Amino acid sequence: MFDALTLATGVAALLLAAWCGWAAYRDQPTKDWHFIGMAVVTVLALVQLVGGIVLLVRGEEPTQSTTIFVAYLLGAFACVPAAGFLSLAERTKWGSVTVAAGGVVLAVLEVRLYDIWGA
Amino acid sequence: MTSGEPDVAPGGRRERLIGGPGIVLVWLYGVMVVGAVSRSAFQIATDFGRAPLAYALSAVAGLVYGFITYTLVRGGETARRAALVCCVAELVGVVTVGTWTLVDPSAFPDSTVWSDFGVGYLFIPVLLPVSALYWLRGRAPRAGRAAA
Repeated sequence: MFDALTLATGVAALLLAAWCGWAAYRDQPTKDWHFIGMAVVTVLALVQLVGGIVLLVRGEEPTQSTTIFVAYLLGAFACVPAAGFLSLAERTKWGSVTVAAGGVVLAVLEVRLYDIWGA
Repeated sequence: MTSGEPDVAPGGRRERLIGGPGIVLVWLYGVMVVGAVSRSAFQIATDFGRAPLAYALSAVAGLVYGFITYTLVRGGETARRAALVCCVAELVGVVTVGTWTLVDPSAFPDSTVWSDFGVGYLFIPVLLPVSALYWLRGRAPRAGRAAA
């Protein structure tokens, strides 16, 4: 069940990255629709964070360290909002590049989370 | 800030280093700060004896990343020069450690942020200082401002 969430969040992050990368390619800043997209990805990461903690409370354990697992969950949750705030301050295509980079970083975090939790 | 300070632009404000492409650099450096600092803090706290050299190097890398992020956000000529020096140090570090890990893997029982030129971090550790140096050089006083 956790792996399904990891996959969904990772794919959504890559879609967000592609979308904002497209905006940057067309020389556009992030717009309302992009922020809605970021919100969707962030909600997925939040669900994953809560779901991961619920699993831990119920006594399941990640293959690797629990501390690392929680740290990655928190990092995954904070990743896209942080990039979003930066893009609010930079109303050029470079703000879009930042969010695209944020999406790629989140996708990498999801791959790591998949390894840390274990199949 | 006093008006006579050299790193204050004629307009009364420090030269911004985070406009345009700079914001992407700040973001990536910020990610590396969190990655390197939290990683080394965890490793040093839990199992320092296993690979002291690798963990210490990750901690140093995290500090360097933190300082560069701070200088970029602060802006101004002094900060720009400090960032340039740190980016050169960072580049030397990643190339040295990257080569070292390939030549003598036994010195590193566990990997660092800079192992194999940062392959575990999508080569960001080696690409970042190069792009930062390019960006910071372009922000030098009397350089082509119109392009920005």
